[in-house]
Order: sequence, then C-alpha cells, then structure tokens
Amino acid sequence: MSSLTVLETGPLATIQDRGRAGQAALGVPPSGACDRSSYALANRLVGNDVGAAALEVTYGGLTILADNDLVIAITGAPCAGVPLNAPTLLRSGSVLHFGAPVSGLRTYVAVRGGIDVPPVLASRSTDLLSGLGPEPLRAGQTLQVGSPVHPMPGVDQAPVAAPASGQVMLRVTPGPRKDWFTDAAWVSLTSQVYEVSTNSNRVGVRLDGEPLERARPGELASEGMTHGAIQIPPSGTPVIFLADHPVTGGYPVIAYVASADLDACAQVRPGQPVRLISS
Amino acid sequence: MRILPSGDRALLVELDDLDQVLGYYATLAADPPADVVDVVPAARTILVTTTGDLATLSRTLRELTPALDRRRAGDLIEIPVVYDGEDLRDVADLLDCSPEEVIARHIADEWTVAFSGFAPGFGYLTSAGEWDVPRRTSPRTKVPAGAVGVAGEFSGVYPRESPGGWQLIGRTSVQIFDADREPAALFHPGRRVRFVDAGRG
Repeated sequence: MSSLTVLETGPLATIQDRGRAGQAALGVPPSGACDRSSYALANRLVGNDVGAAALEVTYGGLTILADNDLVIAITGAPCAGVPLNAPTLLRSGSVLHFGAPVSGLRTYVAVRGGIDVPPVLASRSTDLLSGLGPEPLRAGQTLQVGSPVHPMPGVDQAPVAAPASGQVMLRVTPGPRKDWFTDAAWVSLTSQVYEVSTNSNRVGVRLDGEPLERARPGELASEGMTHGAIQIPPSGTPVIFLADHPVTGGYPVIAYVASADLDACAQVRPGQPVRLISS
Repeated sequence: MRILPSGDRALLVELDDLDQVLGYYATLAADPPADVVDVVPAARTILVTTTGDLATLSRTLRELTPALDRRRAGDLIEIPVVYDGEDLRDVADLLDCSPEEVIARHIADEWTVAFSGFAPGFGYLTSAGEWDVPRRTSPRTKVPAGAVGVAGEFSGVYPRESPGGWQLIGRTSVQIFDADREPAALFHPGRRVRFVDAGRG
C-alpha cells in the first residue's frame, strides 16, 4: 500500500472530504472541505472519486515525504514552492514543503487513491467543533493512500484563478432575523469595509468593523442554520459560518452569504478587507 | 406558520410552539419532500435545506399537515439514572418540592426528544410535566459524559464531557452518542424516553 509521511504540519492541516451532510437533526455538523470547489478540483485532477479524502492545509507550512511514487494535485491557495492545479508525480523519497500562500488561506492536496483513514459517521473529515473524525495532522504521522479507482483524466493543467489578494466582495441575501436589526444596521452591514479577524477558523469567519444596532432586545431560541449564515452576537460584529458550524445557534442570523461565494469566503485571511454586497 | 429566508438553499419554518414543531417534524421526517437534504428541528423552528427550488419547497411546506399524535409517534427507550446530581437540591428548591419529588416527577414523565444541538447527540427532551428550571448562573467548565440535567422546560443527557450550564440531577452509564454505532445518536428527534430510577448511588 502507498503512503506519505507528515514531517511538519504548519499552523493546521486536516483530512477533509465532502463532510457529513444530512445528519444535522442529530446534532452532527456538516464539516468537510471549506473551499468545496478547490477540494473537488484536486480530486478530479488525479482521477479520484469526487468524495475522496484529501488534505486541507491552512496557511501553508506542511512538509510531506513520499514513501512511494505518488501522484498528487494541489489546488486552492497557491503556496510558494509547490506546483498548482496540475497532476504531479512525487517520486519516492522526495520531500515537498508548502511555503506561505501568496494569496488565499486554504490549500488542498489530493493524492491519487485518496487518503485512507477510517470513516466516522460516513465521512473522513476532521470536525474541529465537535471532535468527530481524524485528529488534525501531526508531525511524524504516516498516512495510508488508497488504490486508484479511475483512470487519470488526461489534464495537464487546470485554468483556475488564485484566490483574491485584495478586497473580497461576498454577495449576501437577507436572513431569517433581518427584522431583529434596524434598517441602518442593514445599510451598515452592506456598505462598510470589514476586516477579517485573527479569531477566524473552520467554524466561522469573524469580521471586525462597526457594530450593528439591534431593533429589538431579548433572546432568540436556538434555531437551525446552514453554511454561510451571518450571525450577529452581542458584540454586533458578524460571524460567517463555515464547514464546522454548529447545527443550531442562538444569536440572530441577519443575512446569508450566497452559495456561489462560499468558496471565496473560505479563502479570506486575517487582515483582509471584505465587503458584503446586497444581492 | 411563517416561512423565513435562510440563504439560497434553505427555508426556516417558524411555528407557534414546540408541539407544532414536533408535529411538522414528524411529517417531514416520515416523508421528506423531493430534493430535501436536511431537516433540523429546534425550539420554535424547523430549518429545511434543499438542493432544489426554494419557491417549490415553500409551497410544499405550506401544504404540509402536521402529525397529530406527535408525542406518541416514536419508539420508547428506557434510561437508568442514578439520581445523585450536585444540583438536585437546588432544583427541588426552584420547583418548591423535595429532592424525592423531583426524582419521582422525572421518572413519571414520558419525555420526547424534540431536537438536537449543542453537541452531536445532545437531545432536548420535553414532557407534559411542569418543568421550568433556570440554567445555573455560572456554567460548569466540565460536565462529565452521562450527566443528566434539566434546564428550562427540557431535560437532557450530556453525550460526552463538555462545559455546560444545565442543573445536574443524576447520571447514567448508557452511552448516548457512539460514532461507531448505528444509529450513533440514541436520542433522535421524535423518540420517546423514560428515565428509570437506578438508586441514589
């Protein structure tokens, strides 16, 4: 069986697939790759099943050793020192180090055959909120690689734009509790330039900016929410929920990020300016 | 019923009370509409996620008939509890009765799993009984797995060690959530639960 060894992990590297959809009623978060299209592309480039487990590398820093000849594809945030958006042969014994990304935050590494770890609740995703699935990667760990199931797709290079490095625009639509806020709050939400907070993680992107004004006081009973929900806690600044979001939340959801912009949302990095555009 | 927007893939159905939530959830869970991928009940709402068209889903939701016998719909499981929780006396004081009466009421009621949340497998159980217990003013940083608590109108069992603000009245050795078991969550919405007195420890 093929394998690779993790020599360094960087700030955070996890195993991800498409996650645990359909189990929210049991309190199980969706999890899975944060940037779904980059994850899917990496698998396609090496001829994997669309749901094969891959690596999600947060802000570079990963170093891997190929224990055998491996075919890999790297997508998402372009890291210094590694090939991007193309199937690549990693020779047995060679070492690949991911530098800091030039733009974006999350890089995906698919290995032909897929990362082979036992599934938990039908998924190999690491869920940092609920502690399900494999632990985050650690130095010295050897990851088994499965057997190829499809022929190589015959693509040398995928023409994909890198994640934006300047101001990012995310389209938003009204959420269920928009009426818990003043009209001025909606204008503020959709006109100010927010800055991505360093407190952001796989659970959510936290934005720093002018606090939003509530139109009504009081507590909201917890209610279901999905990927892209923009919740406003008492601080008045938004949290945009990503893959490891809880299945229910108790703070009002003023808006949702459009599905088409969720992958871009997963690539914003601390300090980056973000605007939420009413669509 | 009020249907509220929740992005481009989900609708939030707002209902009058928990009984309505249970009724509509029973109908949706028994026969999910086409393209629906997730149905998430909560205290006053049900979130319905779809891969299909939201306008179609909205029409379908408005035409739903809630199950009438919602509190009798699910199967019944028994959970043995050792009633030696640290907050048992406080709960008795809050309910203006003795600790023995708290236990008697907890085992006499038939509980229904209304919804999940907080952690995988954490079920919010309701009964027809009069439970209105505030959370602890200061949450514990560590509540052990299997702790049985009450809060508001709900009772629940912590599936694993976690922080928590519920008033603890007992503990069970039953594993509430086990990722290797099918189904992993013992308490799924609609299921009925009876607590059985396994002594005072």
